[in-house]
Parts: sequence; structure tokens; C-alpha cells
Amino acid sequence: MWIYEKKLQYPVRVYSTNPALAQMIIEQFGGADGELSAGIRYLTQRWTMPTNQAKAILTDIGTEELAHWEIIGTIVWKLVKDATIDQIKGTPFEAHYVNHGKSPYPHDASGVPWTAAFINSKGDPIADLHENMAAEQKARATYEWLINVSDDPGVIDALRFLREREIVHFQRFGEALRIVQEELDRKKYY
Amino acid sequence: MSREQKQLLLEIMQYSFALVETNLYLDTHPYDERALKLHNSYSQKYNELLSLYEAKYGPLRYTQMSGCPWAYINDPWPWEIDFDVI
Ligand SMILES: [Fe+2]
Repeated sequence: MWIYEKKLQYPVRVYSTNPALAQMIIEQFGGADGELSAGIRYLTQRWTMPTNQAKAILTDIGTEELAHWEIIGTIVWKLVKDATIDQIKGTPFEAHYVNHGKSPYPHDASGVPWTAAFINSKGDPIADLHENMAAEQKARATYEWLINVSDDPGVIDALRFLREREIVHFQRFGEALRIVQEELDRKKYY
Repeated sequence: MSREQKQLLLEIMQYSFALVETNLYLDTHPYDERALKLHNSYSQKYNELLSLYEAKYGPLRYTQMSGCPWAYINDPWPWEIDFDVI
């Protein structure tokens, strides 16, 4: 089960009102390589993992991704909460606003809603751990594109933190893959 | 949220994050004694600060005790905190 802790994993500082940037950041809220996809992907893959290390890493990284999803929602909220209608009109956020107001919603930057088709759970630990390593690199790349289009120093600071986490997750999944591979080889041998 | 409360919360967040890191590392290096020592010392500090915070300002987790009224619901919620003004 899960227990909510009433705090963010990282202190989110946002210094500006910027609905257009919010709409870009929402890519990581409900996009294919975003935090929701990551969390649901890893937590779903746990049942068929063969080693305790891999079960633990999927549980704990999956859980951390939900904390990142909360950080992204918070960045989006802080960028739009004080926006006037005039500040929203004509920006890429306008289409989001007419459907969802100022609430974040899990779709990507161009409005495609989140779908389970963004993720997979193959029932094969080698295939799944490879998918996860690729997913972490894709999320890292998305954070780099987002940093390139951001001009708020607080937003950039939070995006840099999240980018770093993807690198750590990639490293841990690589270690889990090696452990699982060794376990499967050992079983084959005996 | 007072300056004092925010400072304590930030300190808790720092220890909490350090524990996320040691946890993930230990998941794939369960025999690393140096990392375990680090994890255990962060854990002790984290739990101390958490108890201090929750006694003063109310639960951060629903599993903790509260006076009347139930202080878990008190604002600000995590997404409402202005971390730019400390
Ligand atoms: Fe990740």
C-alpha cells in the first residue's frame, strides 16, 4: 500500500506567471515519457520480477515517479494560478483552459490525453528492464528540451533536479538488469 | 506558514530525499555497509525531525496522532507553499 506524506520531494519555486510554459511542462504530467507513465509502468511490472532487488527497485522508483508527478503538477499550477484571461488568451494554454480551467490534466504538450498505450508490461523481466532504461533516457531528453524553452529560474532549477533523477534511475535499472540476468543465467546452468 | 515551520519542513525534505537516494542504492547494493551506515544515520535524524515537526504543526502522515481538530488537513498543502520566500 501507499502512505501519503504531506510534502513535496523538492521545493518548487516559480517566479513568474506563464501559461504558455505551463502547457509545455504538462508534457511531463501526461505525456508518453512523463512522470505518470513512468510511475504506472514500473509499479505495474513488479508482479513478474524474479529477484528481490528488482522487485524493490521497481517499487521504490515507481513511487518516486509519483512524487515527481506531484512536482510537475505543482509547477504547472504555480505558472497559471494568477493568470488573467488576457494572459491566457492566444497562448497554447488556451485550449487546455476551455476544457480544464486551471487544473492540470494528464495530457501531453499538444493535448493528447494520457493512455496506457504509452507504457508496457511485457511479463518478461529482461524486456521490461530494457524498456525502463530507454524510458529514463527519453525522460532525460524531454527535460533537456523543456529546460531549453524555460526562462523562469525556479522552473529551470526544478527541471534540472528532475533531469538528474532520470540519470540515477537509469543507473539503478541497469544494475537491476545485470542482477536479473545473472540470476537467469545461474538457473539455466544448474 | 511561519519562517520557522518552513525551515523545519525544508530540513525534513532534505533528509527525506537523502533517504530516497540511499534506499534506491541499497535496493541494488544490499550488502554495502558504508551506504547502510549512511542510511541509518539519515533515518534516525529524519524520524527525530519528523516527530518534532508533527508535535508542533500537526501530522504530515495520517498515521500520526493529532489534537482536536484533526490538524492533518491544515493548510498549506504541499503545492501551496511559497518556497521562494523563506
Ligand atoms: Fe525516472
